[in-house]
Amino acid sequence: MIAGKVWKFGDDINTDLMLPGPLLFGTEEEQKRAVFSANRPGWVDQVRAGDIIIGGLNFGMGSSRPAARSLRNLGIAALLAESINGLFFRNAVNFGLLALECPGVHATFQEGQTAEVSLADFTVRNRDTGALLKAQPVPAMLLELMTQGGLHPHLERKGLIEPRSAGD
Amino acid sequence: MPGMTIVEKIFARNSGQERVKPGDIVVVDVDLAVMLDMSFLATERRNILKVHDPDKIAVVFDHMVPAADKRSAEAHAYGRDFVRRFGIKRFHDVGPAQGISHAVVADRAYALPGTVLVCSDSHTCASGAFNCAARGVGAPDLLAAVTSGKTWFRVGETIRYELSGGLRSGVSAKDLFLHLAGTWGHHTNQNVEFGGPALPWIGIDARRTLAAMGAELSAEFATFEPDDRLIDYVRERNPAPFGPQYPDADARYAERRDVNLDHIRPLVALPDAVIRNSVPVAEVAGVPIQQAFIGSCANGTLDDLAEAARVVKGRKIATGVRFLVTPATQEVFNAALRWGYVATLMEAGAVVTPATCGACFGGHMGVLGPGETCITASTRNFKGRMGDPSARIYMGSAATVAASAVAGHIATASEITGDAD
Repeated sequence: MIAGKVWKFGDDINTDLMLPGPLLFGTEEEQKRAVFSANRPGWVDQVRAGDIIIGGLNFGMGSSRPAARSLRNLGIAALLAESINGLFFRNAVNFGLLALECPGVHATFQEGQTAEVSLADFTVRNRDTGALLKAQPVPAMLLELMTQGGLHPHLERKGLIEPRSAGD
Repeated sequence: MPGMTIVEKIFARNSGQERVKPGDIVVVDVDLAVMLDMSFLATERRNILKVHDPDKIAVVFDHMVPAADKRSAEAHAYGRDFVRRFGIKRFHDVGPAQGISHAVVADRAYALPGTVLVCSDSHTCASGAFNCAARGVGAPDLLAAVTSGKTWFRVGETIRYELSGGLRSGVSAKDLFLHLAGTWGHHTNQNVEFGGPALPWIGIDARRTLAAMGAELSAEFATFEPDDRLIDYVRERNPAPFGPQYPDADARYAERRDVNLDHIRPLVALPDAVIRNSVPVAEVAGVPIQQAFIGSCANGTLDDLAEAARVVKGRKIATGVRFLVTPATQEVFNAALRWGYVATLMEAGAVVTPATCGACFGGHMGVLGPGETCITASTRNFKGRMGDPSARIYMGSAATVAASAVAGHIATASEITGDAD
């Protein structure tokens, strides 16, 4: 069971907002500090590890940049959205950010309420109102990557890339 | 059982299955993995210990060429070493073969009909113009493709766009895209497939613009049906054998949408969003601009440069406007030189830059300052995309951008050239 305080965002939230172009060349720490700086300045100082983001339709549209990594680095416990852009979803898998499509989720929560996520049956519950929703199940192969650190550790175990600590 | 769409057939073949259907997860062989300068940034790269097949990799430096700062210069040096280490033959460094990866892949027809192509840039779908199942993936996905030769895809439902009629003079594929994005909005988790009786009259450059902008529809794949024009184009440029994929006659689509190109008119997207944000150019005509940009994988084609040159020929760019034109590849730049487009643009006052992603992603060569207004023929107008978040970015066709550069404010091409709209 995952539970966290909800932050709400709207439809078509793009990855330029999560990882502005000039920061593409920055460190992960610099990138993390810039999340939503154009549309919600100061948010990175309010959000806490374990919080949950709820988005509308087409969350994460846009660039292939590692915006999902910045959300993971902020400690976001889960992203729940009406729908998620396919490339953003891939990067959620790649970088180990739990991301679920959950129709109805945007209207079911108000900001500041607490969401509970169960991966056993892919349900989302509003702890404050008791409302229960069904999320789209994520196939086992992808869920495993998503919840166990993403793709890099998998490639390291197969001897395809060098573990980070040992090289660059 | 119903038949398959284009990408379903490509997935079936590359995953060794008889058939695939929406909802499936497929693991497919990757025919070409394209790495970028961004793949070698110190903060992003990993030390690759083996590659699956160096002949299924192309390396194209594009976002920051020539190197714009120390970090990109270091990434380029690392990338050159990677190319040497693994014997990558298809390498596009700073120089005469330089360009934006999706456009290089098009110029050289590296993108073969009926194949799977991945690259860690969202506009990789541009190669859908070549009947490829091409999509942008994340940097870790690209590492997996380069090292293992495979990647995974979720098979989505497909929307079929049946194109009929023809675009009027002065109306471009960008206007058609803005019409689709304005009318139908996002296509999250869906593929788009283009075909129909208009196809033989839609040039390869126009198809590339439309396919590249598939990313802005949030489509999984944006794929064109193959035709003689495409097959001839590829055969002239790449001797490798290929098997184009046509959709089955009984392919199952989530929806078929008929689009009559006769009815498309010049449109612009208002600032900050592409989806459902298109208006006729006339609605915003008169908005003053400080910068006009034509470039990117979507609009740095020879067609775009020709359109821009047609509009500005014999005219001057308005005082106070910076008009930047970035061809998508040096090959396009050279062709534009031969056709006289570059001279026409420069005589009008444009700055024509070397081929790079450049201003499109706010990287270099045309970054916007606070409070500025730009009209762009590129891929995105998101808040902060091209520089300061307070800048306002309108997005239109190359003709509309060129006309606006002459007028000093947003304007239709017909207003400048006097042609009937």
